[in-house]
Amino acid sequence: MAVSREEILEQVQEVLVDALGVDDDEATPDATLMGDLGAESIDFLDIVFRLEKQFNIKIPREELFPAETLMNNQELVKDGKLTDKGLDELKTRMPHIDISEFEKDPDINKLADLFTVDVIVSYLESKLN
Amino acid sequence: MRWIWIDKFVEFESGSRAVAVKNVTLAEEHLHDHFPGFPMMPECLQIEAMAQTAGILVGEAKKFREKVILAKISKSAFFDFVRPGDTLRLEAKIDSITDEAASTSGTITRDGQMIAEITLMFSHIDRNIGGKVFPEENFVFTGMFESLLHAVQNDKEKAGQS
Repeated sequence: MAVSREEILEQVQEVLVDALGVDDDEATPDATLMGDLGAESIDFLDIVFRLEKQFNIKIPREELFPAETLMNNQELVKDGKLTDKGLDELKTRMPHIDISEFEKDPDINKLADLFTVDVIVSYLESKLN
Repeated sequence: MRWIWIDKFVEFESGSRAVAVKNVTLAEEHLHDHFPGFPMMPECLQIEAMAQTAGILVGEAKKFREKVILAKISKSAFFDFVRPGDTLRLEAKIDSITDEAASTSGTITRDGQMIAEITLMFSHIDRNIGGKVFPEENFVFTGMFESLLHAVQNDKEKAGQS
């Protein structure tokens, strides 16, 4: 049975409230995990663990949050920006994300801003349905 | 583990759960100051006891090849004071474990009464995403803690013989 986006969002918000100690009205769809909700690297794993439990699925961390491996690859990052190859890689790995804004200035420091609550919901939606 | 803050394991199921015991005594000097006239075990040291119980459980699950570091206290709630003379029972179980990290949940009880609920996350730091390199030697699991595990194994063997 297909799970609706609203249902997924509700459960994701629950997970984020527990994992990050934020209020549920802070975990809005467009909130960024690091910037707005204060997530640190270990929190990403915590979120993955909790989502796996909540939705009873396996989530390879690379699939949901692939930014770390991109950043450590010299072919994909040059002068602090993602190369064309890096952007292609990002698109392939994260089909659930809209990077049209980011593409204009692919500064890796702004990569973190791509990870919003909505991105998790989109990922889960494609995974579950 | 450079200092041991639990007294012994009484149950140990590899990769899933462990139960340790910690006796609280007035011989612990910090209790004289915490607080004068009303000695009670600091909550942070209850977390330490749980971190050791769960940390050894997580370390053993990967046969102590990983350096297991407490990375996050996801949740801690305390329901009563812990006083000198109390015997704490610390029960930890592994909720999730991957190559990079593990999460555990645990309870501390005293004579069946709930004292604390503590949920933790541990990182296997050699697999950290920052790519930092740590010394080869496993400075987390030194020989000191091994006696703890031997004791519970010995008890098991004795129980099996009788």
